[in-house]
Amino acid sequence: MNAAADNQDLQELYRELILDHARKPRNFGRLDAATHSAEGINPLCGDKLRLYLRIDSNDRIAGVSFEGSGCAISLASASLLTEAVSNLPVADADACFSTVTRRLTRQPENPAATTTANLSKLKALDGVRDHPSRIKCATLAWHALHAALHQQSQATTE
Amino acid sequence: MNLPHSQPVADFSDYRDDFPALQQSVNGQPLVYLDSAASAQQPNAVIEAVASYQREDHANVHRGVHTLSHRATESYEGARDKLCNFINASSRAEIVLTSGTTESINLVAQSFCRPVLKPGDQILITWLEHHSNIVPWQLVCEQTGAELIVAPINDRGEVELDALYELMTERVKLLGIGHVSNALGSINPLRDIIGHAKQAGITVLVDGAQGVPHMSVDVQSLGCDFYAFSGHKMFGPTGTGILWGREQLLEAMPPYQGGGDMILEVSFEQTVFNELPYKFEAGTPNISGVIGLGAAVDYLSGIGMDSVLEHEKSLHAYMVTQLAAIEGIRLVGTAENQASVQSFLLNDIHPHDLGTILDHQGVAIRTGHHCAMPLMQRFGLPGTARASLGLYNDRDDIDRLTGALEKARQVFA
Repeated sequence: MNAAADNQDLQELYRELILDHARKPRNFGRLDAATHSAEGINPLCGDKLRLYLRIDSNDRIAGVSFEGSGCAISLASASLLTEAVSNLPVADADACFSTVTRRLTRQPENPAATTTANLSKLKALDGVRDHPSRIKCATLAWHALHAALHQQSQATTE
Repeated sequence: MNLPHSQPVADFSDYRDDFPALQQSVNGQPLVYLDSAASAQQPNAVIEAVASYQREDHANVHRGVHTLSHRATESYEGARDKLCNFINASSRAEIVLTSGTTESINLVAQSFCRPVLKPGDQILITWLEHHSNIVPWQLVCEQTGAELIVAPINDRGEVELDALYELMTERVKLLGIGHVSNALGSINPLRDIIGHAKQAGITVLVDGAQGVPHMSVDVQSLGCDFYAFSGHKMFGPTGTGILWGREQLLEAMPPYQGGGDMILEVSFEQTVFNELPYKFEAGTPNISGVIGLGAAVDYLSGIGMDSVLEHEKSLHAYMVTQLAAIEGIRLVGTAENQASVQSFLLNDIHPHDLGTILDHQGVAIRTGHHCAMPLMQRFGLPGTARASLGLYNDRDDIDRLTGALEKARQVFA
């Protein structure tokens, strides 16, 4: 790889959208009326975040937030997650988990997991697919979402 | 064999050519390897020693009467002799070969501490320690009802000696302390610390994983009781390590693991254990790795550890000056006596992002908690970026590092 191509690769990974969400994470902080929450831990790098959900009586995600610390990739992914799953039915949000984690790890889509959610912004994370050591940063929040939806208290990327 | 203490300062750029891994490009740029504290690269002499053993001399050690077994045993035991001289142990019986520093420390925790620790006893460590000098003690404390206590450090990353000495009461049965901090590079004043511990009747284990690769170590003059270190941080193969212990202590300790090679005679009623150091070396050892480690010792002895220390000290000083000149840099760990390692942060860029951006420019550093999570908590940090030096690094490497950091600043501007 020459230096110019490498620069392009870096820009692919740290797109403006990623940097923006990392600098100003959306829905950041504790959710007081949360009904579900789970912690995501990446033991390899010590990244740690907690995802909060408020699921209403119609099984819809009425509130979502996260807090914690991590690299730009994990913060941006968590921030984008909160935007993507807000107001989604629980089953839809679960399908998002499947779709996003499969795409980031280059697995074929699961035809059973369909979602009406708009995941187009999440394509900004696709750059990590060429960085094996960083894929777990991008999937951390999604594993926490999955754990929270399934009433588990903790998810790790290991 | 004594270390060549008085040879003139070598031109270290020649040594760089001995390391084939450093001759490659990574992401289109010549590799700059600044992660030797995690694992050092190996010189041709080590690679060749391992390959030649594998090709021509491989057989099990201590067993066969045939020629290959003799050769293997001779090289393997020869490496033990080299290690014995390298750290000035008084006898080869004191050199226990293990899989690494971690196993060495676990061996002491389970064989030395576990049989004697009682509820109310204490094991003393410091906030600087690597997980491998924390967790083995936690396990043995859980097993015995003893307590793990921790001496504080100051904001520069130095152990607070007064506080450490105050903790050295008669309840403390063992002090576990690093020679050099892997995360911050602080060099502990071991002579002072060991002197105080000995006055208090405390057994001392030194975690020397970051000491041996960078300076000359004389276990007898240090005055400690155990000294543990790893082969792969001193330019040898992974899976090799050493526990040096005083002979009378090792003699009194029960075996750590049972198996072949550690016995003299076995019946179903009773086993007579082998003599030192074999009592602690159950099973077929890492023969090729230890032979490679022997070659690494020869290589380092040929350069002279005092020269290595001098070279790295000067390079570290240059690194600190160059890093400090970068806008937004924060050095973590500024001990007065510091070697080979520098942790830092750049603005609010997360260390992992720094690591990725540097890797894109062919610069390899370590990022994260450096297996020292309590230490990171002490500084209120999730982790740091860490550049660590080996004898093969030079000023050009430091300039590449600082250039790459400027680029990271631009990406995150």
